[in-house]
Amino acid sequence: MHEYSIVQALLEQCEDHVKDNNAQSVAKLVVKIGIMSGVEPHLLETAFNTFKEHTVCDGAEFIMNIQPLTILCNQCDTSTELKEIYYCCPHCQSLDVKVTDGEDMYLMQLELD
Amino acid sequence: MCKDCGCSITDHVHEHEDSHEHHKAHETLHHNPQLNDKKTIDVITKILDKNDQEAGHNRSHFNANGVLAINLMSSPGSGKTTLLEEMYDIADFKYGVIEGDLETSRDADRLKAKGIKAYQIQTGSACHLDAFMVHKGLHAMELDTIDVCFIENVGNLVCPASYDVGSHLNIVLVSIPEGEDKIAKYPVMFRQADLILFTKTDLLPHFVYDMKREKEEARKIKPNVDILEVNIKDTASIQKVADWIKFKMEMR
Repeated sequence: MHEYSIVQALLEQCEDHVKDNNAQSVAKLVVKIGIMSGVEPHLLETAFNTFKEHTVCDGAEFIMNIQPLTILCNQCDTSTELKEIYYCCPHCQSLDVKVTDGEDMYLMQLELD
Repeated sequence: MCKDCGCSITDHVHEHEDSHEHHKAHETLHHNPQLNDKKTIDVITKILDKNDQEAGHNRSHFNANGVLAINLMSSPGSGKTTLLEEMYDIADFKYGVIEGDLETSRDADRLKAKGIKAYQIQTGSACHLDAFMVHKGLHAMELDTIDVCFIENVGNLVCPASYDVGSHLNIVLVSIPEGEDKIAKYPVMFRQADLILFTKTDLLPHFVYDMKREKEEARKIKPNVDILEVNIKDTASIQKVADWIKFKMEMR
């Protein structure tokens, strides 16, 4: 359960952005959670709602976009959203693939008050 | 709310379309930051951005001292500390260990008893090491006296996978008694592995364990991963791990 540590990092980022933009608080935040990022979205949301109190995110709307694993094949140049965790191009069966999305967690957008 | 135009200023009248007063009110609304509407900004930053920066800083430290840093990860009890104890007499490179555990300094004590330089980080309730914790350990380690620095992470197949601690390589252990399907069940962890060690292979006769299938699972997640089998009673199997590390040292 490292979702608490992730939320801590997220809240710190929000505080920095509020300060940099001379805003008062965060009304809404949008995050992108890759399915291979190692974070359980449900737990992340619970952790966020627990720890946002008395921070700039108190009352903020939390939008999570779950990002499927996406690969680009270096052989046939096809981009695929994988349904199964199998790092292999479904079109040409090549293992020479580049991950283009779905392994990281991003703060995408903030709506500031 | 103003019925004529829908703006939120109540104290103005619409005499005609572009009345001076309405105009003035709008000016106040839109140019006074205190009354301003919400401001949307695109950020697009990794949530663990600060950790990743610190990890990069740790890597620079290791690089500056010519030290290869290896993050050891696995469930509790799969044999990380034992491997480090046993490999010490075999390896022809010097190593130190930054130890992560929730409580106690028993692992560091075990290693020190073998003459290995070890520094214990007690994470309290944290289920993983992050780059900031490792940074502390790094300064307690005499980097100029070692060739390899192991970061023995908290025993956990989930959380440590999300944190770059500044290592160059990740070794993930999985022991036979843990049972089958660990690799398929914890793909994020095994995706991080440069080398997977199947440990306690001397117990294979006592367990239902399809080694071939487990290796196939590993390569679905990480097609180019290296895999070795380790049995602590078989010195040759530990020698292979030391050889792999030595090879990686020479390739840097």
